[in-house]
Order: sequence, then C-alpha cells, then structure tokens
Amino acid sequence: MDIHEYQAKDLLKQFGVSVPRGGIAYSPEQAVYRSHELSGEKCVVKAQIHSGARGKAGGVRICSSDEEISEAASWMLGRKLVTHQTGPQGKLVGRLYVEEATNIAQEIYLGFVMDRTEERVVVVASAQGGMEIEDISADEPDSIIRSVVDPAVGMQAFQAREIAFQLGLDATLIAQAVKTITGCYRVMSELDASMVEINPLVVTTGGEIMALDAKISFDDNALFRRPEISEMRDKSQEDKRETYAQDRGLSYIGLEGNIGCIVNGAGLAMATLDMIKMAGGEPANFLDVGGGASPERVMMSFRSVLNDPKVEAILVNIFAGINRCDWIAEGVVRAVRELELKMPLVVRLSGTNDKEGQKILNNSGLNIITAPTLADAAEKVVGLWKNSPEKGAA
Amino acid sequence: MAILINKDTRVLVLGLTGRIGSFHAQDMINHGTNVVGGVTPGKGGSTHNGLPVFNTIKGAVAETGATLAICFVPPPFAADSIMEAADAGIETCVCIADGIPASDMIRVKRYMRRYKSENRMRLIGPNCAGIITPGQAFAGLMPPHIYMPGRVGIIGRSGTLGYEAASQMKEVGIGVSSSIGIGGDPINGSSFRDILELFENDPETDAVVLVGEIGGPQEADAARYIRDHMTKPVAAYIAGLSAPKGRTMGHAGAIVSAFGESAQEKVEILGQAGVTIVPTPSSFGEVVQKMIA
Repeated sequence: MDIHEYQAKDLLKQFGVSVPRGGIAYSPEQAVYRSHELSGEKCVVKAQIHSGARGKAGGVRICSSDEEISEAASWMLGRKLVTHQTGPQGKLVGRLYVEEATNIAQEIYLGFVMDRTEERVVVVASAQGGMEIEDISADEPDSIIRSVVDPAVGMQAFQAREIAFQLGLDATLIAQAVKTITGCYRVMSELDASMVEINPLVVTTGGEIMALDAKISFDDNALFRRPEISEMRDKSQEDKRETYAQDRGLSYIGLEGNIGCIVNGAGLAMATLDMIKMAGGEPANFLDVGGGASPERVMMSFRSVLNDPKVEAILVNIFAGINRCDWIAEGVVRAVRELELKMPLVVRLSGTNDKEGQKILNNSGLNIITAPTLADAAEKVVGLWKNSPEKGAA
Repeated sequence: MAILINKDTRVLVLGLTGRIGSFHAQDMINHGTNVVGGVTPGKGGSTHNGLPVFNTIKGAVAETGATLAICFVPPPFAADSIMEAADAGIETCVCIADGIPASDMIRVKRYMRRYKSENRMRLIGPNCAGIITPGQAFAGLMPPHIYMPGRVGIIGRSGTLGYEAASQMKEVGIGVSSSIGIGGDPINGSSFRDILELFENDPETDAVVLVGEIGGPQEADAARYIRDHMTKPVAAYIAGLSAPKGRTMGHAGAIVSAFGESAQEKVEILGQAGVTIVPTPSSFGEVVQKMIA
C-alpha cells in the first residue's frame, strides 16, 4: 500500500527525521491560509498523488504570493496528473501540501528496500540526489553506497556514520545524518514498510538535514497488524476496477486490452496473459480467482472483469487442484445467465472434476465455447473476439 | 527416493485441527502419505481424525520421529511456527501460507542461521503448493492424480502452472520424479538453485523442468548454477512476458523492480546458460519430450 508524501513526512517526523513545516489543504483558500501559518518569503504547493515525478507534470509549484498560491492550487485540485508512474489515465489531485520553501546546499538520495538477494533491508544512498535511482544506477553507478542491515540487531550507528562520511557530508552534520538514517530504518522495520525513499534528502544552507520529498510503501501482508497505517489508504488513488476486485479478496490488475481473464493461480494467470498476447490479442486484466473458488466467487470474478468497459471477450482458464471444475462451471453458467453475457466466452477446465464441469457447460444450452488446452483456449478467444460484432464497440 | 519426500517419510501436520489442515491431511493420507500426527498448541493429548495431536513440535518429534512438517498455520502465526519446527530438529518444512509479512520472513531466515548448515532445516515455501513424489507421498495441496511417476524433476514458483507442466508431460508419457513448489513470495526458503542441486544429485532424476516467473534474482542464480554445475538437462518456462513493470502480479514476489527481473531478461539469461526454453505455457510436453529424447 502506498501513502501520500504528507503522510510519509508525518511518520518520518515521529521517528526523528526533520522535514520542512507544512500543512494540508483541500481548496485554494485553505492553501493560502496554510501558507500564512508558515514562515519565509516563499512556499511550495505540492499535489498529493501516489506517484513520483510530479514536478514534471506541473504538480509542484514554488509560489511567492497569495495569488500565485491560489492560482497553483486551483490548477492542481481536481486535475488528473499524468506521470510515467501513473499510466495514461493519470491520478486525481484531491489534496495539496503547502510547505515552507527550503534553501538547498546539497541534495542526497536515500532509500531503504527489502533486498531479495540479501534477504535483508538494504540502505542505498548517493550524493547524486534529485535524480531517480534508476538514472543514478545507469549514469553514476560508482556514486551508489549500499549497506546491509542485520535484522537481529537493527541498524547500527556506525553503519549510518559510514554512509554519512561516504556521502561526503561535513563533520558537523554527521550526528544529524545518523539520526536521519537510523530514523528511516526504524520506520522500515517498526511499521512494516517495504520501501522508504527520501529523494532528495537535503542539506540546507542553514546546515540542517531535511527530507524534502518522501515516499513510503507498506507490505500489504503486514497491514493486519498496522491498523494506524491501514487508515492512511486513499481509494481515490487506486484503479476503480482494482479496488472493486481487491475489496472482494480477488487478486486483480487492470491492463489495457480487450480480453478479460479469469484464472486460478498467479503463475497460470500470468501465463494465460502471455498466451493471449502470443495469439494476437491483448489482455484486459490479470485476475486470480484463488483456491477453493465457489460459484459465488466465480460470479464476483465476472463482475470484476465486466467493470472494465473495454472488455469485449472473456477467457476462463482453470486448472483445478483444490478447486473443483464443477463448481467453477456452475458459477460460469450462473454468471452468463444473471449478467446476460453476450460477448464471446471461452472456458478451459482441467484437473479435479473436469468431466463434470464440462458436462454442466455443455448441458447449459448457453453459447459457451470450451477448449481442452490453454493454447487452444487462447486462440479461440482471440479468434472469436476478432470476428465479434462487439469488437471495437466498447 | 526421488527428493525430499517418499512413502516412508514421517510427516507432521502443523495446524492439523484447523479446517484447511484437516482437509489436506486427510487427502495426503488417502494418497499414501505417512502422516504421523499433528500440532495445535493447547490441544495436545487429544486425537484428530485418528491422529495424535501435540502441543509443541519438539514433543511431536520426540513421540513420532517425524522428519517433515507441513505447515497450514495462518500467515500471522506462520513465521513463529517455522522457527519452532527449525528448533525441533525437523529436516524439511513445507509452508503453504500465502500472506506472511516479508519482515517475518527476514526474521525466519536470520533465525535459521543459528544452526550449522548440516543441521539446518530445509524450508520449502511459503506461499507454495507443496511437494510430491508421485506414486509415493505428497505434502501440499496438489491433485496427485495429474502426476505420473517417472524421472523428470519439476521446480516451480506457481502451483497451477506446475500442474500444467506435469499434466502436459503425462499426456506425452513423461513421468515426474518429484515436483517441488518453492512459492511465490519475495523472500522464501529454498531457492531454484537449492532444489536444482538436490535433483542433480538424485540418481532417480534424469532431467529437470524449471517454472519461473518475473521478479527477483533466483532464476539468474539458477542459470549460473546450471551453467557451472549441472550435468542433467534443464528446460525452463518463465511466466509474465506481458506483465507491466512495477506491478505485483498476484504473487507478492512477482514484480519487476530491477534489471534482469523481467521475463524476457530471464529467458535470455537461462538460454545463455544452456537451458532449453519452453516458449509457451502450452508446450511443456513437446519441449521436454524433445529434450530427453
């Protein structure tokens, strides 16, 4: 789960990391009012969306008068900002963060990730702050400092000190840097974050170390024990199709194509998308219906897939282990009847009770095309979609 | 035996008295698995479906001589249960739970280092379908009837995609020595490399099928091992050619976040290491048949 910059900064502050003063605003008037609570000549108006690279999309503006603040806030609020991380549909700006402007002497990159090779938290830092880490690794790989944290004892002061000295920080700043780096690690470990990224972490002209931007993601699997984090969820930042499915316990990812997919198992679901693509089609979604799928769950899956208006054909691919093909078939028949499905539907059932499932589909009198293998199913659904009168209608 | 489990392996079920543990324990017994008991803290001394229940894994091991534990404990408590198994002297622990926090798995992996490598438990999973030696025994969720006993090993992250491979091989008359699901989590127990090593040293396995997916370094690590140490032929399929970057595709670990983690890159790395590439999820049968001919 992702949170907003202002929420991330609030958490960091609680763990001893300095951040510029600021406040949240939901309207241009409130943005102006917030700026009066801050000191300094200038302030920064920042659109709060779950994405980086907001500056390039016009979502970060330095302002020096009430008029400028009001104008920037009016432009941002209610707008969908498109960045390379949001996808073409963009993300809606519903709130702004108004912050004191900072005089920057030095910019640093500081990130914390769960490293899959080390199987530990790894700190990544670079004196080339402000650039994205991908660009730093490509352009300035030698500037990257890495430090691995032993989970048994946590981050030690000497490790933070080593990072600070390698970053070339002035000796007078080391104590602040250690506090910042160990504070971020504590956010990571004590709140079950999966990623903490401060980019940039800055040294101000006044000699203070501050997080100017902050991005924190949390491990969804740990939210059950972090209710205070779960409350920070902002549904307006999520894909509506995904929210609908995920709230019902289905694993769903919205894609750009026209062929809806209902599959059991994440690996098989990925493989099904690949097969559709190889057959010349484009999948509309990834959907894992999960183990032990009841007819109700199959119904829910159809509803989730059909929430996407782009869908013009559906492929159901089930290899039943703990699932039962007859239950799946019942769910498919019910879905076609109750949702009055007209578009092409191809079903492939294999594994436990596949014969019984097949029989239910064949005896339904409905126009359900069956396929014995995944390859055959993919070819059939793409072929039917291409020749379907519904194609392009959506 | 093929690897990790056979008809004589003494199997302990952690979380036996739960709905899921009960159901699958019975299925395992019905297919010949030597289940010797279960563990549910607080229910020790009772019996469940004819099996003795113990309060602690140590107690169960002392009484039953169990060497393999299958863990059906729910995700919030699974890490604790894995560590208890490691400390009780269990040799192999198969963990099914999908949804263990990554930080718990970091803790588990750190904890297991306290044991010398020769005494260290082998963890399979979590978030996996389990392990099977067809015709003998299994510890997991798989439908055993789709596997034909034979001499080709399977290692996969995904359960259902592993079924797909096994059933396509059965269609063309190729049997399986053992099939091992290593699970879809970003931080897991045994890696592809670990299991490849077991198959390489197993006299009852002639070839291996590896079923990988996007995300993480384990396929590349496996490629290096295959290139430098494997004498047996290996075929591999990687799922997720069409997966968008930066999205988690169902499995917590199925996310492209670094160089070399996309399906295309993994296919290339494996191909360069001499692995036979299975180009589509529908061609396991024919490709493996050609490879071992």
